[in-house]
Amino acid sequence: MNSQNKIGGLEKDRIETVASDILRTVRINRSFIIWIMVLFVALALCLFAYAIQLRKGLIVAGIRDFTSWGMYISNFVFFVATSLVGMLISCVMGLIGFKWITPVTRIAEIIAVAFAAVAGLVIISDMGRPDRLPYVFLYGRVQSPILWDVTVVTTYFVLSLLLWFLPMIPDLAIAKTKLPNRPAWLIKAYKILSFKWIHHEEQTKILGQAVKILLLLIIPTALAIHTVTSWLFAVNPRAGWDSTIFGPYFVSGAFVAGTSALIIAMYFFRSNYRLQQYITDFHFERIARLLFLVSVVYLYFNLNEFLVPAYKMKKFDAIHLHELFSGNHALVFWGTQILGLALPIILLIFRKIRKPTPLLVIAVIMFVASWIKRIIIVVPPQGHPYLPVQYVPVEWMVYKPTLIESAVTLASFILVLIIVTLLSKLFPVIPILETAREGNINEIGKDEKP
Amino acid sequence: MGEKKKKIKPEETTVQKIIESSRRDFLKKAGISGAAVVSGAAAVFAGYRHEKAKNKEKYVKVLTTDNRLLEVPADQLDGYKPGVKELQKRGREGIKGKKWIWVIDLSKCRNARKCIEACQNAHHLRPYEYHINTLVMQESVNTPAYFMPKPCQHCDNPPCVSVCPVDATFKRQDGPVLIDNERCIGCRFCMAACPYSARMFHWEDPRDAESDKGKEYNVELNIPQKKGTISKCLMSCDRLRENKLPYCVSACPNGVYYFGDENEDAVTNGTTKETVKLSELLEKNGGYRLMPELGTEPRIYYLPPKNRLFDFKKERSEIKDFII
Repeated sequence: MNSQNKIGGLEKDRIETVASDILRTVRINRSFIIWIMVLFVALALCLFAYAIQLRKGLIVAGIRDFTSWGMYISNFVFFVATSLVGMLISCVMGLIGFKWITPVTRIAEIIAVAFAAVAGLVIISDMGRPDRLPYVFLYGRVQSPILWDVTVVTTYFVLSLLLWFLPMIPDLAIAKTKLPNRPAWLIKAYKILSFKWIHHEEQTKILGQAVKILLLLIIPTALAIHTVTSWLFAVNPRAGWDSTIFGPYFVSGAFVAGTSALIIAMYFFRSNYRLQQYITDFHFERIARLLFLVSVVYLYFNLNEFLVPAYKMKKFDAIHLHELFSGNHALVFWGTQILGLALPIILLIFRKIRKPTPLLVIAVIMFVASWIKRIIIVVPPQGHPYLPVQYVPVEWMVYKPTLIESAVTLASFILVLIIVTLLSKLFPVIPILETAREGNINEIGKDEKP
Repeated sequence: MGEKKKKIKPEETTVQKIIESSRRDFLKKAGISGAAVVSGAAAVFAGYRHEKAKNKEKYVKVLTTDNRLLEVPADQLDGYKPGVKELQKRGREGIKGKKWIWVIDLSKCRNARKCIEACQNAHHLRPYEYHINTLVMQESVNTPAYFMPKPCQHCDNPPCVSVCPVDATFKRQDGPVLIDNERCIGCRFCMAACPYSARMFHWEDPRDAESDKGKEYNVELNIPQKKGTISKCLMSCDRLRENKLPYCVSACPNGVYYFGDENEDAVTNGTTKETVKLSELLEKNGGYRLMPELGTEPRIYYLPPKNRLFDFKKERSEIKDFII
């Protein structure tokens, strides 16, 4: 505290500019209220579908005795996957020392928090007896991977929430005096949540240490959540799931889904919140490279996952692979592999594609493909068990998602949108202090070797 | 039951209590087994029936599990009916000293589907809800096709039990793998884990949801069945407790099933009621188990479909469709 003109060793002017730019987005205007209301109405409609399911049972979904895990479980896997982007950006990239991630770390954390929170909820929609959820804690058996999953997903959610919140404390302290014409409760909330932060060196030091510990803790936790999620399948003796690389296969796929989600969010915040000055073309160029990298790794795991059993063609693997390569699932399978993975990898090589708008298109395609890919991972291996499926109604044999099932799944996405909207609209979506400290983003970009 | 208790003399209540607490010891001491004590309940002194038949006395003598002789009003006596708590306890413990085993002779199965019918009647299931199903099998073009009854394999190393998060499905010491639908949360992990597709799920209200309402849940029969929970083959544990053969085994008209106790090395044919040596039966006929390479250690043994006494092709052609 050597000078009145400095906060955390930075010129006050600099912080003022950044803060006013970023805090411009923190406001409760008409469009925000309308948007939130639209989301809640849509959510209510979808929850009505869930109410029907509660009354009639899971019969209202397309799942039956043979394909008993369908869209709900696939969607759960997808949500866990997408939430991993928080770990990839803040922890992996951050700890390696990449500076360009600063303005997008908070967006990545919001995605992590939202998807991890809702992942915990969507799994309930698949339960035959959701009223018995407490039994998992009352009678839980540690040898069941479900227990591991519940433990790590909860832990990851809490850690991600902390990693979103803790670095924001100094920002809240800065912001609490700079929010004119905002509701009093919001300013009061800022005051409470900033915990009497005065930018003291000691405070900064402790916070820095806390965040560093979080960053280190989140890496194994995030790896654990998706590895354990993959084990929900890999521990079962079924062709198509019975794979030793399911853990890394899932984790690498998660980075593709998560990075795509981050790109979509970046594009949205940049244009809608008018943050072009802070989330620049340079950031898109960088995140595109990251997407390229994780996609190549994912492609590598795909090669291993499909090519090796396809070379041997053991009886039941063969039935499964024929279904994927040339059977009932061929169109969807090749669609996700070629349109959703191989083609984007080739396109991302070109600099022109790594611009915001073309990158958005690619990210949307990969995001959707990632969702469909989870269906391809979950559903087909159940269609051909070791013993033949006979003497059952025809709808028992082929899985066909229903409207109610789709509506309940849609509810999970609406919930994510609600969480993302609230977190990004009520709190600064870009770190103020850190961004101010990094100086001109474009200049930093020039310092780094491309 | 509760109403009756109030009318009974104080001794009766004590009897009940004592019966509950040390039934097991009595079984050992008295050495009485079989039908009289199978319900695991009141051990009514053998003389009681004799006396009752001779002249209708007001009081009868009953022997308690700790060898006390008591007198109880004859009209107050009722067979011991275990409550849910007791049903759960004994259902999870199993029948001591037994190791149930099942042998299925594929050379005799002609897909009569009587076993399925009996099973579905006993467990209140719809025609397409199976604890046991008969499948038409053919490994390859040049190997023979045959009918294969497929109940739960009651594995000694059951994958379904490993993955269950709440101990709803469990392995009993006398062999069977059961499901407790008072505990099941409906995650269906066990269905995913079972390589034999032996489990079914109540996607909607069970067949007899209305008429079974209010019945005491018997984990050995899995009735009342419940929406949103798993059901599966239970080896008819309720029948085993009464020293009877499983529903499906008794219903078979073709002598397909042998059922018995591995410890005694004896199995009884459900149709002919002939008891044979288990080890000899397996030895002579080349008994095998399904998918032994998975390491699940099934308790169900199959005898190969050789020397069939009927024309398979004819039987097979009579099946119109595998789809209901």
